[in-house]
Amino acid sequence: MQGFAEEFRVAMGLIVSGDPELWAIVLLSLKVSLLAVLIAACIGMPIGAALAVGRFPGRRLVIVLLNALMGLPPVVVGLLVYLMLSRSGPLGVLQLLYTPTAMIIAQVLLVTPIIAALTRQTVETLDIEYTEQLRSLGVSRLASVPVLLWDGRLALLTALLAGFGRAIAEVGAVIVVGGNINHVTRVMTTTIALETSKGNLALALALGAILVGIAFVVTALVSMIGISREREVLHHA
Amino acid sequence: MRDWDGAEMLTQPRMAVENLRIGRNGSTLLDVPYLALGGPGPTLILGPNGAGKSLLLRCMHGLIQPDGGTVWQDGALLGEDHRARQAMVFQTPVLLRRSVAANLDFVLRRQGVRWGSRKARIAALLDEGGLAGKERQAARSLSGGEAQRLAILRALACNPEILFLDEPTSALDPAATQAVEALILRASARGTRIVMVTHDVGQARRLGHDIVLMQAGRVAEHSQAADFFAAPRTAAGRAYLSGALVI
Ligand SMILES: Nc1ncnc2c1ncn2[C@@H]1O[C@H](COP(=O)(O)OP(=O)(O)OP(=O)(O)O)[C@@H](O)[C@H]1O
Ligand SMILES: [Mg+2]
Repeated sequence: MQGFAEEFRVAMGLIVSGDPELWAIVLLSLKVSLLAVLIAACIGMPIGAALAVGRFPGRRLVIVLLNALMGLPPVVVGLLVYLMLSRSGPLGVLQLLYTPTAMIIAQVLLVTPIIAALTRQTVETLDIEYTEQLRSLGVSRLASVPVLLWDGRLALLTALLAGFGRAIAEVGAVIVVGGNINHVTRVMTTTIALETSKGNLALALALGAILVGIAFVVTALVSMIGISREREVLHHA
Repeated sequence: MRDWDGAEMLTQPRMAVENLRIGRNGSTLLDVPYLALGGPGPTLILGPNGAGKSLLLRCMHGLIQPDGGTVWQDGALLGEDHRARQAMVFQTPVLLRRSVAANLDFVLRRQGVRWGSRKARIAALLDEGGLAGKERQAARSLSGGEAQRLAILRALACNPEILFLDEPTSALDPAATQAVEALILRASARGTRIVMVTHDVGQARRLGHDIVLMQAGRVAEHSQAADFFAAPRTAAGRAYLSGALVI
């Protein structure tokens, strides 16, 4: 017990003293996950919106597939990206394996289905409510997409936060494609996993505390958005 | 083609429907052989719940494709260009999840009104509808009556030639009802063709130039308002006014 308390004290010291190694890891984590969410949003939102307002054969199947992809095991995604990027893989010439780019690619694959599925749900629900009114105002189906996205902005923000939460806390995929190379691909989750197994509990604990803090902030933001949406609905009832 | 008022039929009706039919699972929801709306004043549509009043408005506004029949506007088949000159206030108002002002700005911007004049128009409209001072409030947080008023103002902002109103005062207090009726009469005087559904017989008497009584998907009677309220021509009309007509 004595040892644990001591490790904890050292961990807090690392955070408070602004330990450069620790904060470099945190910064890389944030950079990788934020970029991944940004890219995933650029891919997932148009897909979600198209599925919500478009009508084409196989649409239902794509939606079911998308929902299934949301539960994709991260390790499997990591494996797939690894196979693509490995020396003998189709994208091997790019030499991206064990770089932050590889980790971003893996996280984009994990987060895009989440954002696409949640966007589809949000836009479709709103579309059911708006469709006649927008038609009445002469807004074409295509032109109604930006209207629906904008009016669903709070729910879409929640989707982005959910995606970010998954990306930043995820370990299986990034460790397979990024490894844990000092100063290159060390992110919070992989470092926690490796340092714990090496017995370096202080660094693991410090990163763990920061990760919990980030998760807490994300969850708090999501529920704050939820409350403000509920308030609007309540007022309307 | 034959309708209730020969004199008015000489000029081309603004709106007409012919052989309009909508059925669902074997039952007839709407069956209107002919109906022409062309008088100088508002047309008021009356009828019990489920009579097909909202369906008829949706058809004339081009929101639903009937199973059979045609809708005419100014002597031509209803098309997108006609629709642009119509506006509709729905039975349940659908407001954008934006501020009160942004709901009005949305339609004004679509008409290409410049920002400077849009601001003035919005202020004038809100003033007219008794919503001044609420421009920044979230539209979805308005009370039921306020929301209905905003929906009416938004439709008026479209400057429509034909305005469909589906029970636009059902949630309004007496003062607001009076204000909205004045708004409607002013639009009518400016040349907007009003087609309005109501359950308020007094309102129909106050506003109506002609009355369409619907029952079970059919037009039971179409008469000049004065005639209808003096003595309905049909048994359905008499039953309706005495409060005995259902479906
Ligand atoms: N999509 C639909 N599918 C099946 N039935 C429908 C559909 N839309 C409307 N109906 C039915 O058509 C009938 C007429 O509906 P409508 O909304 O026009 O009634 P209304 O005259 O406006 O009644 P209210 O005064 O209650 O508003 C109703 O019985 C309704 O249940
Ligand atoms: Mg109705």
